[in-house]
Amino acid sequence: MTLPGWKELPEGAVVREPGNTVTISTGEWRVFKPVIIDEKCTRCRLCWIYCPDGTIIEVDDPNAPLGKRYEVDYEHCKGCGICWKECPVNAIEWVPEER
Amino acid sequence: MALKEVGPMEPIRTHMQIPREELIAPGHSACQGCGHFIIVRHLLKAAGPNTIVVNPTGCLEVVTTVFPYSSWKVPWIHVAFENGGSVASGVEAAIKSLQKKGILPKDERINVVVFAGDGGTVDIGFQSLSGMFERRHKVVYVLLDNEAYMNTGIQRSGSTPYGAWTTTTPVGKRWKGEWRVRKDMMQIAVAHHVPYAATINPAYPVDMYNKMVKALKAEGPAFLHAYSPCPTGWRFDPSLTVEVARMAVLTGYWVLYEYDHGNYKVTVPVLKRKPVREFVKMQGRFRHMTEEQIKKLQEIIDEQVEHINKLVGKTVIGPVVEEQKK
Ligand SMILES: Cc1ncc(C[n+]2csc(CCOP(=O)(O)OP(=O)(O)O)c2C)c(N)n1
Ligand code: SF4
Ligand code: SF4
Ligand code: SF4
Ligand SMILES: [Mg+2]
Repeated sequence: MTLPGWKELPEGAVVREPGNTVTISTGEWRVFKPVIIDEKCTRCRLCWIYCPDGTIIEVDDPNAPLGKRYEVDYEHCKGCGICWKECPVNAIEWVPEER
Repeated sequence: MALKEVGPMEPIRTHMQIPREELIAPGHSACQGCGHFIIVRHLLKAAGPNTIVVNPTGCLEVVTTVFPYSSWKVPWIHVAFENGGSVASGVEAAIKSLQKKGILPKDERINVVVFAGDGGTVDIGFQSLSGMFERRHKVVYVLLDNEAYMNTGIQRSGSTPYGAWTTTTPVGKRWKGEWRVRKDMMQIAVAHHVPYAATINPAYPVDMYNKMVKALKAEGPAFLHAYSPCPTGWRFDPSLTVEVARMAVLTGYWVLYEYDHGNYKVTVPVLKRKPVREFVKMQGRFRHMTEEQIKKLQEIIDEQVEHINKLVGKTVIGPVVEEQKK
């Protein structure tokens, strides 16, 4: 990677693409990964609430119970395990990563 | 029928009403399980996209803005460690002035929110915060309290609790962790006659969200003291962030209350408190503590609870009840 010189940098080192850390993958940090078992999931939304990284995704799905489903954004999920601990019905399994 | 998600700055009855839209992106480099991000995610949802964030240095700033990247989807300004309050004052004053001149639409509602650490608030940013309160700037100041200077490697602050190990309150022959009693920032804010001040905790998202809404609607400066567990600095497994935060409330270590235009209210009553030992034993930073030290910490908590009960005029946080062994 060649770094830009100071003349090429935007004034004030402003970042012009809001939220562009989304292009960085933090999924590789995981040692364990959360796996949501959809049949067990009651759609209580607590994993989505408590995930610090916002990597539980709430997906509208007219065919799913209550019209939605929860998925993990594995590109960014860091594997902290909070969703797994907080799921009240143990619908999230904690599975070792294999790479 | 399921309750619908609300728009910005509307109070909620259940967590099902919290808006789905995220205003902070993933891909940042905070540690796994960082408490700051549960708080910031939800407070931004409550404030909505028409919000300017002022962020003195600390973990939150460092991990979200490694150049040329940013996790922020709202306008965000990084400021020095000591002047979060001053810069937020300037931003708020500038908006007012531009609205007066007709450069910005007069009736457009723009929130100004500070996210600052405990080092950046109770110690080094203290006087700029005091000035911001005194001048009555309409700013919501959020203190993300992880009870030490975490970003530079766990140094104690004026918010570090009694007994806690940090790199500057080490454990050895002479020292056994922090020996002083932390500052009471809520009372310091109230002493500035702010219209609204409250404590929040990420394990209680609805309470946290509604307090942010009230803070945003206050006619002057508002203060939110957020409890933010830090797995790295407190030495616990990152999966336990929410459990640790919850235990702080259940032991009376962190009382959820508000000061709303002169009225105190405990928003999450705890009729039977758990002994503070339950909170202490979850975290490596307290591992060295002797029975005597735990007793002293319990006394500090008892005193704090008594003080808050007095403020609200009744016993809302009850006595310690030891669990029966099964
Ligand atoms: C004047 C000044 N002194 C020291 C620093 C180095 N520094 C950067 S972040 C930080 C610690 C921040 O602690 P806190 O405000 O509690 O936030 P946390 O990282 O714990 O969230 C320090 C000491 C600095 N940036 N500026
Ligand atoms: S493991 Fe942690 S980062 Fe991953 S989805 Fe669960 S709560 Fe979010
Ligand atoms: S916490 Fe568990 S039950 Fe609730 S939405 Fe998530 S996976 Fe489903
Ligand atoms: S050190 Fe603590 S506050 Fe800082 S990013 Fe890590 S978990 Fe968060
Ligand atoms: Mg701190």
